[in-house]
Parts: sequence; C-alpha cells; structure tokens
Amino acid sequence: MSQHGAELAAEGRADQPVQSQDGIRDRRRRIGKRRRDEHQMVPDAVFTSYYGRPVVKASPWEADIPAYLFLGGLAAGSSLLGAGAGLTGRPVLRRAGRISALTAISVSFAALVHDLGRPSRFVNMLRVAKPTSPMSVGTWILTVYGPLAGAAGAAELLTPLAGRLPCSVRPPIRLLGRLAGPAGLGAAVVAPAVASYTAVLLTHTSTPTWSSARKHLPFVFVGSAAAASGGLGMLLAPVSEAGPARRLALGGALLELGVERAMEASMGITAEPLHQGTGGVLMRASKTLTVLGAFGSLFGGRNRLAAALSGACLMAGSACTRFGIFEAGQASARDPKYTVVPQRQRIERGESAGA
Amino acid sequence: MPSLSGPLHDPAADAGWQESQPRKGFFTDTSVCIGCKACEVACKEWNGVPDDGFNLLGSSYDNTGSLSASTWRHVAFIEQPRTPAGNTVSLGMPSTVKPGEAMSPDSATDFRWLMSSDVCKHCTHAGCLDVCPTGSLFRTEFGTVVVQEDICNGCGYCVPACPFGVIDRRVGEQGTKNVGIAQKCTLCYDRLGAGKTPACAQACPTESIQFGDLDELRERAAARVEALHSQGVGSARLYGDSPDDGVGGAGAFFLLLDEPEVYGLPPDPVVPTRDLTQMWRHAAMAAAGLLAGAVAAFLGGRG
Repeated sequence: MSQHGAELAAEGRADQPVQSQDGIRDRRRRIGKRRRDEHQMVPDAVFTSYYGRPVVKASPWEADIPAYLFLGGLAAGSSLLGAGAGLTGRPVLRRAGRISALTAISVSFAALVHDLGRPSRFVNMLRVAKPTSPMSVGTWILTVYGPLAGAAGAAELLTPLAGRLPCSVRPPIRLLGRLAGPAGLGAAVVAPAVASYTAVLLTHTSTPTWSSARKHLPFVFVGSAAAASGGLGMLLAPVSEAGPARRLALGGALLELGVERAMEASMGITAEPLHQGTGGVLMRASKTLTVLGAFGSLFGGRNRLAAALSGACLMAGSACTRFGIFEAGQASARDPKYTVVPQRQRIERGESAGA
Repeated sequence: MPSLSGPLHDPAADAGWQESQPRKGFFTDTSVCIGCKACEVACKEWNGVPDDGFNLLGSSYDNTGSLSASTWRHVAFIEQPRTPAGNTVSLGMPSTVKPGEAMSPDSATDFRWLMSSDVCKHCTHAGCLDVCPTGSLFRTEFGTVVVQEDICNGCGYCVPACPFGVIDRRVGEQGTKNVGIAQKCTLCYDRLGAGKTPACAQACPTESIQFGDLDELRERAAARVEALHSQGVGSARLYGDSPDDGVGGAGAFFLLLDEPEVYGLPPDPVVPTRDLTQMWRHAAMAAAGLLAGAVAAFLGGRG
C-alpha cells in the first residue's frame, strides 16, 4: 500500500489547512479571477473534488444538437419572414422564407434522429406528452410546426414546376398551392415556440453553465434566431423586398448581444467557460460576426453585395452562438469546479436548497 | 401534474400508483465500508452489467472511476492526511500487531482512508425521470426510479439532467447489451418484486449498505450519526436524508465522514425541475417578443 504516486483525492478545506507531507500532493485548486495585477489580489476560493473528476455528467450530445439549435432558429425566423412577406406582397422574400424554413427544419429532423442512441426508436417520443420534459414539449411543437412549414415550403418548390409535370399530379399541386398561405401563417404562429423552447432544453439540466443562464437564454436564442433568419432573407431577397429582413436581423442582433452580456454578468463563475477553450473562441467569433453583420445591415443593407455579406455574417454569428453556448456547457460539466463552487457559495450565503 | 419540488411523503402515489408499497431505499453507512467492492461485483453479476473497461486509474484502489451506464455501484477510495485526533473509527482492519496488543502511537499511519459505495439516489424529485421524453424512466410502486430498456431511444437527455451525474448512455460495440440507451441502478426492481434484498446490500459483508423501508432507514441513520457523535466522530453527517433538500430527499442516502464533494458528491444538489415554471415563463416571453418583433419588422420603416 504505497502512498507514493497516489494522488491525494481530497484535502482540507480553507479552514483546515493541509499539512504538506511526503508523497501527498496538495491538489487544492485556485479559482476566481486570474491575477492580472499583483496589487489587486482576489481572495481565492478553495474547493475539493474527487481526483478532479466531474460531479455531473456532460450530455452525450454531439454537433447534431447545436446544429439543430441553429437550424431550428433559422427555420422559425424564416417562417415568420415568409408569412409576413406573403401578407405584404413581397413574393421573393416569401418564397425564400418558406423554402428556407422547409430546408432548415428537414435537416434539423435528420440531426435530431441521428443524435439518438437508438435512432430506429425515434417514434417513442410520441408515446407521451410531458410538460416537465422540454424535449417532449419540443417534439410536439415540431410535430405541429413541421408539416405546416413543410406544406408552405413544398408549395413554393412545386408550384413553378407544375407546368412541366404530368397532368395527374397537377391537381394536388394546385391544392398545395392554395394551402400554402394558411399553412405558412400557421407555421409562423408556432415558429416563435420553435425558436425559444430550445433554450429550456439546455437550461433544464444540471449542466452548470446552461442552468445558470436560465433567465436569459431564451432571449439570447430568439435574438439569435431573428439575426440568422433576417440574415438569410438579406442574402436571398433583393434589397427592395428585404426591408423587414434587415429590421428583424438588426433587432435580433442587438437583442442577442445585449442579453448575452447581461446573462454573463448574472452567472458568476459559471460564465468562465464562455470565455475559455472552444466555447470562448466560438463566443468571441459570434460577437465579432454579429457586430459586423449588424453594422453592415444598418449602413449597407441597401447595397446588394453588402446586404448579402452582412446576412452571411449574421448567420455565421448565430451558428457560433449556438455552438459556443453548447461547448461552454459541456466544458462546465466536465470540470467539478463549476458544480462544487456555486453550490458551496450558496451554502455559505445560507441559500442552500435545504436551508 | 405531479409535484415538481419540495418535500413529498409518497412519490409513488404522486406518480399515480393507487396501491403503492412502502418506499424502499438504501442507507449507505460509509463509516463501516471496508472497500471490498463486493457490492460492485454483486450488482454486475445480478443485473448482467457489462464491464466498464479494465483500467488502472491511479486513484488509490478505485479503478472503476465513477458511476456510469455500466457501473451502478461505485466504491470511492480517498486517502487523507489524518484529521485532528479522535476523529477516526476503528474498523477492525487487519494490522501488524498481535490481537490485544496496543499499537504504539509512532506506528500509526499518518493518513486516513475514506471508502464509500456510491449509487443512484432514487430522488424524490428525479431530474432524469422529469426530462425523459419517452416515458422510459418511470417511478415504481416502491418509489424508486427505473429505466424501461425496451422504451428508451437513447436521446441522452437524462444524462445532463441528473444533479449527481449518475445515469449515462451505454457506449460499446454493436451487439453489447442495451448499447445506446440510458442505464443506471434499478434498486434491483426484479428482486424487490420477489420480496428480496437488492444484490449489493445482500453482498455487503459489513452492513455498510442497508436496504429497507425509507422511513425506518432514516430513523436508523439518525441513531447511527448520534452514536458516532457521542464517540467523538464529529465529522459524521448524513447526506441526502432530508426531505427538505433540493431533490426532496434521496431514496438512497449516506452517512459520510467528510464534505460531500470529497467523495465526488455535489454539496447542494437541486433538481433542475425546481425552476421549470420560471424557465417556461421566460421562454414564453421570449417567443412573444420574437412574434412582436417580426410584426414590427413588417409594419415599421420603409422598403
């Protein structure tokens, strides 16, 4: 039973100093802000863990899920633009919105099924409807939204082809064309739920960085959805029709940037993964791209090339936000610091759940 | 809708069982755990749980690592510098002196060993069960939480939902039993139905793992912690026994000799569902904001 080489699992807390002993390493880890300035010493907190292993488990989700968060938001915003454009006589924007929504939601569906451990059992989602499960709620939202957005998008795709297709399929296409308006409006009514429920999907977990973002994340996500879909509208529609897309994009970008800032300020130590590692890189990229896109749409939105470039920036920024928040959450679950320290602080403030 | 958080006397009845059994649970008294891992082995054998890899982790005698889809009991080993005198319990461990002969103070080790057999907590308010979108995870008539392996589609949502990091999706080669779906301790649901003791408790040679009706286990645990305190073991404390904690009390709770995080347990676990109403309210506000924003984008401005 050699204690040499065996790392010490746990050690005294701050009030119980560790004696330095041969073969036993002090594995206390320092937390809090890194010292930028020797004069500005932040009192370091101390925490203990079991061999530095995670307390909670990171989700087993891979790129499918953040890709879905982005595409779901893109589809939702595109349905809103498509419906609005249909009502205000903007045929190119309408067509772009409806086809974008169909494409984005179809890829989303594939990503969601692919992410399952047993993809062949995806229909088991329809066994129950549970308000305590954001994934169950989301399944039902998509079950309503998918066919509506699908019908509107399919009508836009098929109607121009009707003349070239055999006579037998023309009546169903004509019917689809007549249903496109109501279906598109229906999709637009459900769309905001598609864009915002995905925030609860992340925050309703024990993953520290997601959970502590719970008050703000829905607003960040709808802002991100508006920016991405507005950006796509600017990319696909001529500037004469793209006014609403520009305004939606700009409003979304400002909402996303503003609320994200407030969110980080409210998160304490669990905001750290949004600045470090992969999550940090993505969040910085997201801010840069979103600011660029917002400026571009504000000052160059009436220039076709500038509008397209700004739109692409906004879409990329939105994707970076989703991947950044996803990665930051995963990192926060893998490091016991983000689970233990906030809970200890809660206990010390007398605000523990059991107090 | 069932209760979302806070104390709840009968989770089985809350889940809709009309004739529920007394709530069953585990009291794991780590002060008498000798780290034999009989619980890990018995669990694997009875439940047919595949191996979790054969690794040397360099963490004392713990080469299992943590609870996972294929580890439903996990014995933690912690080597600590000796805490102030009088804070240890004699476990009757084999020693180098003859029986009856006192050990000289000089020969005493300068560190103590903590051992603890971790397991699913079978929470009163179970995060895993709340988020399960297929109904695969369910509350049994014994108040425990069990995965129905033929229903689970491996969405993985229960994994980040658990505040204790217990449940996981099984990884392995195609053909591995239940690969791709969520797995965890069932409190030996099959044995309970037959009036038997769960395999880990049955195998435990020191009664560190005690199984029984939760009400009775709580009384027994309170008496045990009091006895330890009177013997001078001030560091003994119960973990997960209080119905007022963030998960409404655990069905499987522990007597620990140090802070929970020393054993890899969260010091103040909370079921995410506690804040569910607030989260849905914020999501609804955000959705309404997006709809209003889109309407404004079409109504406001030129072009």
